[in-house]
Amino acid sequence: MSNTKNLFDKVWDLHTVKTLESGQDQLLIGLHLIHEVTSPQAFEMLRDRGLTVLFPERTIATVDHIVPTLSQARPFADDLAEEMMTAIEKNCREFGVTLLDVNDSRQGIVHVVGPEQGLTQPGMTIVCGDSHTSTHGAFGSIALGIGTSQVAHVLATQTMALGRPKVRQILINGELGPGVTAKDITLYVIRKLGVQGGVGYAYEYAGDVFDRMSMEERMTVCNMSIEGGARCGYINPDQTTVDYLKGRPFSPEGAAFDKAAQWWLSLASGPDAKFDDVVEFDAADIEPTVTWGITPAQSVGISETLAPISSYPEDEQTLIKEAFRYMDLKENQPIKGQKIDVAFIGSCTNSRISDLREAAKVVEGRHVSEHVKALVVPGSQLVRKQAMEEGLDKIFTDAGFEWREAGCSMCLAMNPDKLVGNELCASSSNRNFKGRQGSPTGRTLLMSPTMVAAAAINGCVSDVREMLNTVPV
Amino acid sequence: MNKIESITGTCIPLLLDDIDTDRIIPARFLRCVTFEGLGEHAFEDDRQQDPDHPFDKPQYQGASILLGGRNFGCGSSREHAPQSLIRWGINAIIAESYAEIFFGNCTSLGVPAVCASRATLETLNQTIQNHPEQEITVDLLTMKIICGEQQFDCTLPENARAALTSGTYDFLAQLLKSTDEIKAQAAAVPYFTSFA
Ligand code: SF4
Repeated sequence: MSNTKNLFDKVWDLHTVKTLESGQDQLLIGLHLIHEVTSPQAFEMLRDRGLTVLFPERTIATVDHIVPTLSQARPFADDLAEEMMTAIEKNCREFGVTLLDVNDSRQGIVHVVGPEQGLTQPGMTIVCGDSHTSTHGAFGSIALGIGTSQVAHVLATQTMALGRPKVRQILINGELGPGVTAKDITLYVIRKLGVQGGVGYAYEYAGDVFDRMSMEERMTVCNMSIEGGARCGYINPDQTTVDYLKGRPFSPEGAAFDKAAQWWLSLASGPDAKFDDVVEFDAADIEPTVTWGITPAQSVGISETLAPISSYPEDEQTLIKEAFRYMDLKENQPIKGQKIDVAFIGSCTNSRISDLREAAKVVEGRHVSEHVKALVVPGSQLVRKQAMEEGLDKIFTDAGFEWREAGCSMCLAMNPDKLVGNELCASSSNRNFKGRQGSPTGRTLLMSPTMVAAAAINGCVSDVREMLNTVPV
Repeated sequence: MNKIESITGTCIPLLLDDIDTDRIIPARFLRCVTFEGLGEHAFEDDRQQDPDHPFDKPQYQGASILLGGRNFGCGSSREHAPQSLIRWGINAIIAESYAEIFFGNCTSLGVPAVCASRATLETLNQTIQNHPEQEITVDLLTMKIICGEQQFDCTLPENARAALTSGTYDFLAQLLKSTDEIKAQAAAVPYFTSFA
């Protein structure tokens, strides 16, 4: 095989069934993940046309968006949520799709469950009716968010029509400073390249910063590729990837695993791989980062002040002005010290066991500020169980955090967990859009889970680095 | 599928950048198993906060073409966003640029989402503000926007244009034709056969 091909091209070519008249490729899909919000209409389309699911064993369903996190007991208090649950149960039963329901110990946020179960593997094409499907790219797969019509296409044909994106390599080498996490890296990239900078591209994240990362950190980075406008993001598989997958329920076993591992590693972009574009950053330039506005690119390093409107290009000033108005923040003010009302640790970006462990280190022996409502929502029931075995739940609850059941929760507030009025929330999630966290006037500051923990303790946006090596008093 | 060669109608101006899908249809309205009824909630939160929101103005009711800014439809992949616009009455969108998944969703639902320059958008915006009754045509055969005496260029990626104008934008029918090839391709992908 020519070694100028990058991973994206190798995987895409392997899955191309044919080129359609429109010029798009008909792409074979290896893993289809579904959840309760974007699937019911797709199953209805199948029913309307009298179609069945072509490869039912290649689709796996879970429930996450609407699931209440105080108690998952059925029936849910919210009739609409209950109706959606009944619909996905019925659809999965009728079409022969496996469902990890609330009463299944493997239930959780779809992008946490896939990797945890070993469903997500290198070299796969993975789709889900959810934009943060890009998370799964951490394994060296092509992982794409799709709309409901396409969910129906994949159910019926295990393929979809798609134009091939270009590939941009984002190269970050060097040493990260203390307290700088995967979340800060992804926020930094989006800040530098803009929310639209990735349109038309798949992102390959490469360089020693990513090589050193755990799979969980890689997932955090790939998760937010979509916030930078990219179609997807991925990291080349290496020994870390192989080690993570060994022994997972859906991973190959025995001789098949060795064969798989060899194939996975062979897919990585080699040193001569070609890219349509390469962008380079220096790890040392990245600080713990916080968004202050209403798009994920509107962010600053924790030690910076908010740049005045006049410093932005003229065609951006209307949006920046609106961001200041909506967020009720002032030009030239520091972000550090900004009082918060709510702290949320959760979402498919940052709700894995390592996120909870790191946040717990900041929280341990301290107490949540009196005026802050703080909650931890584990990404899956297995993460929750693991955390409880390690006593993390106790650290959080002793400190005054609420400890919840697994789900999307306040990331988009389709369940009862919502901001009220114009509350300001320090959040480990991925979107700070207006109204995202359930109140039409609610405000979100995105940051890493350790930075959320620090903000919860101090009652205001804080520099977690000042708390890392100090013993709580 | 109908061939979609041109869309004519009055226009509703919303010349703002980075309009995300959560603003188009706030998440709390997604607690549903069909797309019915989403139309009335399009831009619900924005409308509540802005008494002058175009979606509430009498002169724009009945509009079928939406004028947007840069990076329109960013955020979620949920088809609820274009579905709510369609159900509100939108049949075409003119904007400076789009988020990709949103664009793909629009195309597969038969809604042309064309790009126009900022200057064109501003001229159209002005015209519509002054004459909300002015009909506009988005012509996909000539890739022109026709507004009274004025004509402007617009763009649409060729594959989307071809799919719309030939009535093949619902890809399902095409995809279904290749079941044998799909199965053959699957047999060549190592993990489909469990690395046997
Ligand atoms: S956690 Fe948030 S971003 Fe992730 S899948 Fe759930 S709602 Fe979407």
